[in-house]
Amino acid sequence: MQRIGVFVCWCGSNIAGTVDVKAVAEALKNEPGVVFSTNYQYMCSQAGQDMIKAAIAGHKLGGIVVCSCSPRMHEATFRKTASQAGINPYMVEIANIREQCSWVHKDMATGTEKAIILGKAAVAKVNLNTPLTPGESPVTKRALVIGGGIAGIQTALDIADAGFPVDIVETKPTIGGKMAQLDKTFPTLDCAACILTPKMVEVAQHENIRIFSYSEVSEIKGFVGNFDVTIKRKARYVKEDICTGCGACVEKCPMKKIPNEFNLGMDNRSAVYIPFAQAVPKVATIDPNACNMLKNGRCGICAKVCTAGAIDYTQKDEYIEEKYGAIVAATGFNPISMDKFDEFAYSQSKDVITSLEFERLTNAAGPTAGKLLRPSDGKHPHTIVFVQCVGSRCSACTEKGKEYCSKICCMYTAKHAMLTRDKYPDTEVYVFYIDVRTPGKNFDEFYRRAVEEYGVNYIKGMVGKVTPEGSKLKVQASDLIANKQLHIDADLVVLAAAIEPDKSARPLATMLTASMDTNDFFTEAHPKLRPVESPTAGVFLSGTCQGPKDIPETVSQAGAAASKVIGLLAKDKLTGNPCIAKSDEWMCNGCSSCGKVCAYGAITYEEKEFRLPDRTTKIRRVASVNPAVCQGCGACTVTCPSGAMDLNGFTTTQIMAEVDAICK
Amino acid sequence: MQMKEHKPLIVAFCCNWCSYAGADLAGNNRLNYPAEVKVIRVPCSCRVNPMFVLRAFQRGADGVIICGCHPGDCHYVSGNYYTRRRMAMLFSMLDYLGIEKERTRIEWVSAAEGAKFAATMNDFVETVAKLGENKRLEDLRCK
Ligand SMILES: Cc1cc2nc3c(=O)[nH]c(=O)nc-3n(C[C@H](O)[C@H](O)[C@H](O)COP(=O)(O)OP(=O)(O)OC[C@H]3O[C@@H](n4cnc5c(N)ncnc54)[C@H](O)[C@@H]3O)c2cc1C
Ligand code: SF4
Ligand code: SF4
Ligand code: FES
Repeated sequence: MQRIGVFVCWCGSNIAGTVDVKAVAEALKNEPGVVFSTNYQYMCSQAGQDMIKAAIAGHKLGGIVVCSCSPRMHEATFRKTASQAGINPYMVEIANIREQCSWVHKDMATGTEKAIILGKAAVAKVNLNTPLTPGESPVTKRALVIGGGIAGIQTALDIADAGFPVDIVETKPTIGGKMAQLDKTFPTLDCAACILTPKMVEVAQHENIRIFSYSEVSEIKGFVGNFDVTIKRKARYVKEDICTGCGACVEKCPMKKIPNEFNLGMDNRSAVYIPFAQAVPKVATIDPNACNMLKNGRCGICAKVCTAGAIDYTQKDEYIEEKYGAIVAATGFNPISMDKFDEFAYSQSKDVITSLEFERLTNAAGPTAGKLLRPSDGKHPHTIVFVQCVGSRCSACTEKGKEYCSKICCMYTAKHAMLTRDKYPDTEVYVFYIDVRTPGKNFDEFYRRAVEEYGVNYIKGMVGKVTPEGSKLKVQASDLIANKQLHIDADLVVLAAAIEPDKSARPLATMLTASMDTNDFFTEAHPKLRPVESPTAGVFLSGTCQGPKDIPETVSQAGAAASKVIGLLAKDKLTGNPCIAKSDEWMCNGCSSCGKVCAYGAITYEEKEFRLPDRTTKIRRVASVNPAVCQGCGACTVTCPSGAMDLNGFTTTQIMAEVDAICK
Repeated sequence: MQMKEHKPLIVAFCCNWCSYAGADLAGNNRLNYPAEVKVIRVPCSCRVNPMFVLRAFQRGADGVIICGCHPGDCHYVSGNYYTRRRMAMLFSMLDYLGIEKERTRIEWVSAAEGAKFAATMNDFVETVAKLGENKRLEDLRCK
C-alpha cells in the first residue's frame, strides 16, 4: 500500500461553489492508503504546488491524488511538481471534480457526493500505480526517401537544407518521376522541365544528398530513430562514378528497337540508354533483357566506344546496408491499365491514347518533337475527343476502375484542350465529362478560359463506344444536357485514365509496417491532424502515394513531411511515453492475437528460453512490445486471450479498482 | 412508487482523445447532466475490456456506456472499430443474460461535442432509470 496524499482544490469558487471541498478532503482521509488530506484555493498556483511538495517531504508520500480540474489541464503540471519533490511523476492521479462535477451539477450535496466518489476512484487507482520511466532511444540523424518524383525530391531537398543527410532510393535509372514526362503544367502553364530539372540538379549537387537510382529497398528492420535498411542496387552494367553521360554508347548500340518507356513506348531506344537528356544521375544503363552482350556474349560495342571505360558487363546486384532515423514514402502513382476499357478501343487503335501519352506527344523532347501528330500515320488530327473519368469515380465497376476521384484529370484535360486550341486553332476539341471539378486556386478560372476563350466543346455526358473505322475513330456518346446521342468522327481520342498507387507500394508498406487503405494508398496517422505521418512512428508520407494530388499539393505535402522529419532528426534522443503495453512472458502463450490488432506493428514475437521450477529449460514463443513504437492504445490488452498483455498507467487492476470504487 | 426514487448508477468509459474531452467541454459550457454518471478515463475506447463492463454490473451499476471517437477518427486509427464489434457481441450476450440492451450503450462523442455528451448522458440516465435497479448480475457478496 502506498502512502497517499490528497489535495482538494477550490479553484476559487469554480469548484468550491458547488462542492464542499472541506468535506471532500475529510471524507477521503479514511480511504485506504491515505495518510494526509487537505484543501486549498488554487492547487496549481506556486503556493499550492509548494504545499504539495512540502506534504510529500513531510509525510513521506509515495503517491498523490489531486482533486481539481481535468487532467487534460493540469496533469502535466502536477506530475512535474511530484517529480520536483522527488517522487515518480507517474505516481500522480487527478480526480476531475471541475469539468465533470462542479460545472455540470448545480446542487452542493450532489456535487460533494460525486466529488467524493471520484476522489475515491482516484485513490483506488493510485494505490496500484507503479513508478514508470519513459524509455529513451537514440536517433540516427539520416533520412531515407523512397521514390524520386517531385515529392521525394522536394522532401529530400528540404531535409538536406536543414543540415541532415538524406538518401533517395529510386527504382528508375533517373529521378524526376511523372513530372519529368509532362509538357506544360496547369494552372500557370509553365513547362514542367523548366521548373523540375533545376531541382533535380540541385539534388545531384547537394552535399547532404546521395541518390541511389536504379535501386530498391529490399529489407527494413528497426523502428523510429533506428531503422536498418538494406538497399538493392540493381546492376546497370555501367560504372556510375566513371560514366560521364556523353552518350557515345547509346549512339553506337546496334539494338535500337527497344520500346522507350520514358515515351510510353511511342518510340524506341537502344539497349544501353539514358532515359532523357536531363536525367539525374546522367549515366547510361544497360537493359539486360535487350543487350546482346549480356544475353549471349556477342557484341561489346559499347565497351569499345566508351573512352571513359565505364562499361562493366560483369557487374552484379549490390546490397548495401544503412541506418536511418526516419523514412519517407514517396512512391507516387501510375495511370491504371486500359486493358479492361476496351469500349474505348485503346488496344485496337494507336490513335486512342492516354493523357500521359498525350503529354509526351506535345512535349518538345517527346517522340514527335512536340508536334501533335497521330501515332498511326503521323498526320495532324483535326478532331480530338477527350474522355474524362476513365476508371475514376467508378463505384459500379470497381473490378475495372477505381471508386475515388483521381483529382488531377479535370485540370490536365482542360490544359490539353486549351493548349491544342492555342497551337492548332483549326482543331475541333470535345471534352466529355461527368462533372468538372476545379476546386483549387485559379483552377476554375483556368477551366472557364478553356471554354470561353479557347472555344473547347465541353459536353456533359458519357462516351459509350469508340470504333475504329478506316482512318477515323467513330465516337458514340450522349449529351446529357441536350438529351441526345452524339456521333463524332474523331482523329484522336485521349483517355484521362484514373491514377493508382505504384504497385510496389503494397510490399513496401508491409516492410515498413505502415498501413494502407483498400486502394493501396498509404494511410495517414490522422486524416485531419497528422496528414503527413504514417501511423507507424518514424515513417512519413509525401506526394501521391498518400492520395491523388497535383504538383502544388504534392510539393506542399512534401515540405510538410520534411519538417516532420527534421523535427525528429533534430532530437538526440527520443523519450517515449511510458504508458505502453507490456506482456507477461510467463502468461503469454505466443498465440499472436495481439500483433494482429496493433495498428503500429509494435509487437514482435521471439523464442525465449525459460527456466522452469524443476530446473529444466524450455523454449517458448512470447510476445514482446517495442516501447519506442507502442502508442499505448490498449487494443492488444483486450485482445489477449491469456490476459498476458497489460497497459502501464491503465492496467486492468487499476481500472477494475476504479470501477469498484465508483460502484461501491 | 419506489422505483421513481431509484437513482441509477452509471459508469461511463471515455477515451482520452475525443469523448473525455467532449465531457470536459460539456463542463466548460456548463451543460447539466445527472451526477449519477461517473466517468472513467481510458486511452482509447478499445482499452475497455468486457471484464470491466461485467465488473461494473456485478458491483451494482445500473448502466454502462462506452464513448469513443467517431468511426474513422480514433486517435489510434482503428481502435474504435474493435470496440464496436467487441461491444456489439458483449451487449447482446448480456441481453441474453437479462441485462437489457437499454442498459448498455456505445456512443461516438468528439472533442467538439460537449452538447452531445450532455444530451447522451441525460437520455441514457433517463432510459436506465425507467428500467429500475439492476439485480441480474449483482454480486451480493460485494455489498
Ligand atoms: C497526364 C498527367 C498530367 C498532369 N499534369 C499536371 C499539371 O499540369 N499540373 C500539376 O500540378 N500536376 C499534373 N499532374 C500530376 C503530377 O504528375 C503529380 O502530382 C506528381 O507527379 C506527383 O509526384 P510524386 O512524386 O508524388 O509521384 P511520381 O511522379 O509518380 O514519382 C514517384 C517516383 O517514385 C518512384 N518509385 C515508385 N515506387 C518506388 C519504390 N518502391 N522504390 C523506389 N522508387 C519508387 C517512381 O519511379 C517515381 O520516380 C499530371 C498527371 C498526369 C498523369
Ligand atoms: S497498446 Fe496499442 S500500440 Fe501498444 S502494442 Fe498494444 S495495440 Fe500496439
Ligand atoms: S495475445 Fe497475449 S498470449 Fe497471445 S501473443 Fe499476445 S500477449 Fe501472448
Ligand atoms: S482514441 Fe477515441 S476511440 Fe480510440
